[in-house]
Amino acid sequence: MKTEHPHHRQKKQYLMLRIWRYLYHYKWLLALAFALTVASNLFNLLGPMLSGLAIDAIYGPGNVDFPKVFFYAGLMVLFYGAASLLSYLLSILMIRLSQNIVRKMRQDIYDHLAVLPVKYFDRTPAGEIISRISYDVDTLNGSLANDLLQILTSLITVVGSLVMMLMIAPALVLVFAVTIPISIILTKYMTTRVRPLFRKRSAKLGELNGYVEEMISGQKTVKVYHQEENMIHRFDLKNTEAVDAYYRADYYGSMTGPSVNFINNLSLSLISVAGAILFLNGRITLGNLSSFVLYSRKFSGPINEAANILSEFQSAFSAAERIFRLLDEEPEPADAPKALSVSEVQGQVDFEHVKFGYDEGRTIIHDLTISARPGTLTAIVGPTGAGKTTIINLLMRFYDPQEGQILLDGQPIREITRESLRRSYAMVLQDSWLFSGTIAENVSYGSASATMEDVVRVCKAAYIHDAIMQLPQGYDTVLTDEGTNLSKGQKQMLTIARAMLLDARMLILDEATSNVDTQTEQKIQAAMTKLMEGRTCFVIAHRLSTIQNADCILVVENGEVVEQGTHQELLKRNGVYAGIYRAQFS
Amino acid sequence: MKKVFFYLKPYLGRMSLGLTIKFTGTIMDLLLPWILSYLIDEIIPKKNISLVLLYGFYMLVCSLIAWITNIVANRMASLVARNTTERIRHDLYARISYLSSRQTDEFTIPSLESRLTTDTYNIHQMLGMMQRLGVRAPILLLGGICVTLTLEPVLTLVLLLSLPFVGGVVFYISRKGIPLFTKQQQAIDKMTRKVRESASGIRVIKALSKTEYEKESFREINEDLVRKETHASKTMAASSPLMNLFLNLGLTLVIVVGAYRVYIGASKAGVILAFLTYFTIILHALLSINRMFMLYSKGAASANRISEVLDTPEDLGVMKASGPEVVRNQTRPEAAGPEAARSETRSEASASEAAWKQTRPEVAGPEAAQNQETVPVTTASQKPAPKITFSHVSFSYHGAQNALTDIDFTLEKGQTLGIIGATGSGKTTLIKLLLRLYDPTEGTILVEGRDLRSIPTEELYQKFGVVFQNDFLYADTLAENIRFGRELSADQLTEAVRDAQAYNFIHNIPDGMDHELAVRGSNLSGGQKQRVLISRALAARPEILILDDASSALDYKTDAALRKAIRTHLAGCTSVIIAQRISSIQYADLILMLENGHIIGAGTHGQLMESCPPYREIADAQMGGLQE
Repeated sequence: MKTEHPHHRQKKQYLMLRIWRYLYHYKWLLALAFALTVASNLFNLLGPMLSGLAIDAIYGPGNVDFPKVFFYAGLMVLFYGAASLLSYLLSILMIRLSQNIVRKMRQDIYDHLAVLPVKYFDRTPAGEIISRISYDVDTLNGSLANDLLQILTSLITVVGSLVMMLMIAPALVLVFAVTIPISIILTKYMTTRVRPLFRKRSAKLGELNGYVEEMISGQKTVKVYHQEENMIHRFDLKNTEAVDAYYRADYYGSMTGPSVNFINNLSLSLISVAGAILFLNGRITLGNLSSFVLYSRKFSGPINEAANILSEFQSAFSAAERIFRLLDEEPEPADAPKALSVSEVQGQVDFEHVKFGYDEGRTIIHDLTISARPGTLTAIVGPTGAGKTTIINLLMRFYDPQEGQILLDGQPIREITRESLRRSYAMVLQDSWLFSGTIAENVSYGSASATMEDVVRVCKAAYIHDAIMQLPQGYDTVLTDEGTNLSKGQKQMLTIARAMLLDARMLILDEATSNVDTQTEQKIQAAMTKLMEGRTCFVIAHRLSTIQNADCILVVENGEVVEQGTHQELLKRNGVYAGIYRAQFS
Repeated sequence: MKKVFFYLKPYLGRMSLGLTIKFTGTIMDLLLPWILSYLIDEIIPKKNISLVLLYGFYMLVCSLIAWITNIVANRMASLVARNTTERIRHDLYARISYLSSRQTDEFTIPSLESRLTTDTYNIHQMLGMMQRLGVRAPILLLGGICVTLTLEPVLTLVLLLSLPFVGGVVFYISRKGIPLFTKQQQAIDKMTRKVRESASGIRVIKALSKTEYEKESFREINEDLVRKETHASKTMAASSPLMNLFLNLGLTLVIVVGAYRVYIGASKAGVILAFLTYFTIILHALLSINRMFMLYSKGAASANRISEVLDTPEDLGVMKASGPEVVRNQTRPEAAGPEAARSETRSEASASEAAWKQTRPEVAGPEAAQNQETVPVTTASQKPAPKITFSHVSFSYHGAQNALTDIDFTLEKGQTLGIIGATGSGKTTLIKLLLRLYDPTEGTILVEGRDLRSIPTEELYQKFGVVFQNDFLYADTLAENIRFGRELSADQLTEAVRDAQAYNFIHNIPDGMDHELAVRGSNLSGGQKQRVLISRALAARPEILILDDASSALDYKTDAALRKAIRTHLAGCTSVIIAQRISSIQYADLILMLENGHIIGAGTHGQLMESCPPYREIADAQMGGLQE
């Protein structure tokens, strides 16, 4: 940590460049902000000089040059007024600037999330993505808005004060030969000491957040296992780590203020003594000394606070690093250059020697060959973990196979645009996904042109209409993530209604009715049958009753199709399928 | 905010010590310009260099003392902030852990999460800052004013003239800030929800090509958030320039008046000089106070959100009344005493009722512990009471429509109850009541003849092994997920894993039981997750096993093996099984068929096949193949 690694430095420059690109977008606002900063600081700098001049016009009892005093006082009012106005304008400007950047950054992150492959979301907990888009963006932004200007302000103040002091009494400036080295040593100490502590502080807070998110969602289970105390204890460990990290950063960080103050006081003492001696020698006036003291306070402040600003920059950098790492995540590879956009699909789907695994070295599907003719029903059965859901990931191109290919109407799906491919499917998944919006919005999600009549029609077909009408707001009921207004099964039926509303040639049902009871399932069976009519369907189900009329049943075991045929054929064969079938009623 | 002060109470001693130290340091800071003015006005005219040096030395000493005392005081303040935050966060987490399900529903989980994280963090920041600046700034301000008063009362009064303006600005703006920050926090909650939703629904979004739509809807949320943030910060932005302006105007006035005072011989130029130095100190103090107020606005918004949770009244307390009486009162409400009347109204007013005492261990004093012990073990002398009794139980979530109506059944020890019924028919609600996640609106639930509400939670939950629908796993080893904090031996775990049919898949993983699960167990398949969860439920050999659709992702073979294992290895265990498949509950001693919260059929498989047409339909549909 002591010396900056050259590689790190390069990375840092690269980061700066990328941050700069965001700033560059608002270069005019930024330039204006700089101009305002310079102006308001210069005005502020003039203050002490003017007050010194005014004091010098006060010679003693009965001897005051009033016109001069009034003149300088008038100028002070003018300049202070201007400085305040400018600094207000500057704040407003910076708020606009930083909010623009934040908005753009958040939107960029979200837009990028939208093009990331499904794989990314399978790997990354939602909490982590959220902390990117909220905490990290805020941290970076706070630093951009405040610290950049702070540095500029400091620079102007330091240079300006130095110039002023040199003009007033060059000899007194020598005092800083004592105090500046002390500042530098202090700054160095603070950065090496405090920087890693601040980094640790954010990391520990992140861990705490992760724990909280995980545990609160399992609250019910914790309760019935009476593990509250145990979980509170585990939380306490994380909590202690987090507050300790904060405290340790604070422990050293809180030295800054008093130390800065000390150096200020030290300068003041030295200047007083040296100034007194100079005054005695008749080298400076009292007004000069007054201005000099005021300037010296201005001068040493920023230099000493460099340590603070640097540590804030450091945390901004690590936030930027995390943001850009997300933005650099490989998006879904672009569609092939000559990719077709399919609209009129027949529905012929073929798997040719497909091999696939999520992680390298762990193949889930070894060598799969299936052929589904248009309008047929293909059912996939097999034990858990055999790769049934994986087949759907491949069909929709959420993942691409490592070997072999999948064809739609004889066309390799790699040569079809993802959007048109996915639009030719309707799907109902195991975990029914609904968003916080009204029921009507949720059902018509994906069918922009659907009317309210359409929504009601499919909801009736999915036997969910009555349940919806029993809710106080009916179709306008807003679904909330934890709301108890609908049961799991009812939510699943809503997603079935949603699929019914889509006019897709192919249909995927992954345990579509796992949370729906058999009675209801039977009721919607008619609608489902109608829905499946003329479409190529892929159905995963444990309940064999649902798939007995499949045109083709694939029995998957360890990523291999071990049996293939109709219900009757497979029963006759007396193999794996027959075994599973009998187990159902044993 | 009151809540936060309550938490600071134990540290009052340490805080006042820190304050004293800080006070010393601050006085030193104030002494410096005073010495300076003395130096200029009294020592310099004496033209004595050694005296000048001596006073210079005094200044140095003051600086050193100020330096050391301020650092010590700051560190003490940090420690207080650290300890207070730790306690607030602990209590908040503990309170959230013991919230009843109804209360959790009201707060919503994401909101509880952000209160535990963002809001407590804001409090931590605020506490540190308030202590550091809260002592120093007012002392500097008051001290500065006092010293200037002794130096030159008339000029001080001139300066003080500008203070009401400054104070007004700070007060007005920070008051306006609190609601703005609250709104901003709500907008952040909204954005967070959007991102969370998109992450979990990415497959659907992509499948339906809704990415553009989602981007657009995020844009709206983002815009709204930016608007609120801008509003809050713009309001705050006005305060510091305005303050500066008022004070600097005051300063200018001081010089003009000062000039007049010197002219008439009432003051000296050196005094005006020192006055200006004090003025800088006062200005900085005021700026600090301003910053404090801004931080306070943000902190107060967070403190309110935290207090809201901490102040939530205790729901679902344990009833004091002894078992049998309650049974009588509850089952025959017309035999009312005040006791019974109270029981009847409890769903509305439970928290405040004196008859209910709190169960939180750290809240319950020794007295409470005694009460728990005195709950009599009822009916011990007679024949064993039925394990589970639902006596005319009705329940509604929001006081509107009943989710369950008049549920009435009895289950003996060692029996199995199967529950089947349409989606939304109240199956899960029934077990939520049995687990006392909610209390029934009417009727009573008895376990071993005792009213559920009279059994201390700890004792109650020791009886149960539960798997909920889509239950939760967390990032830790498989073994830890199964052990779940209980004292269970490795053998017990292995046995549970075998019974839950998880043994094979776990032993195919290279690191077996030490395998680290990802967040929410996402590195396991659906069926594997369910088997781990069932292992968890079986591991402590529960008296009552509850499986809510816990084997839906298991294939039939595994499901059958699981049922067999439970039958043979957990004899005497009373089970409640919710299932969609008839085969999972076919051999239950009692099967309840639910519809819209009513029991429409009760009996064994054979009886229901005879008496309950809807049940027969399901069975026929599912087992259709068998009749061929």
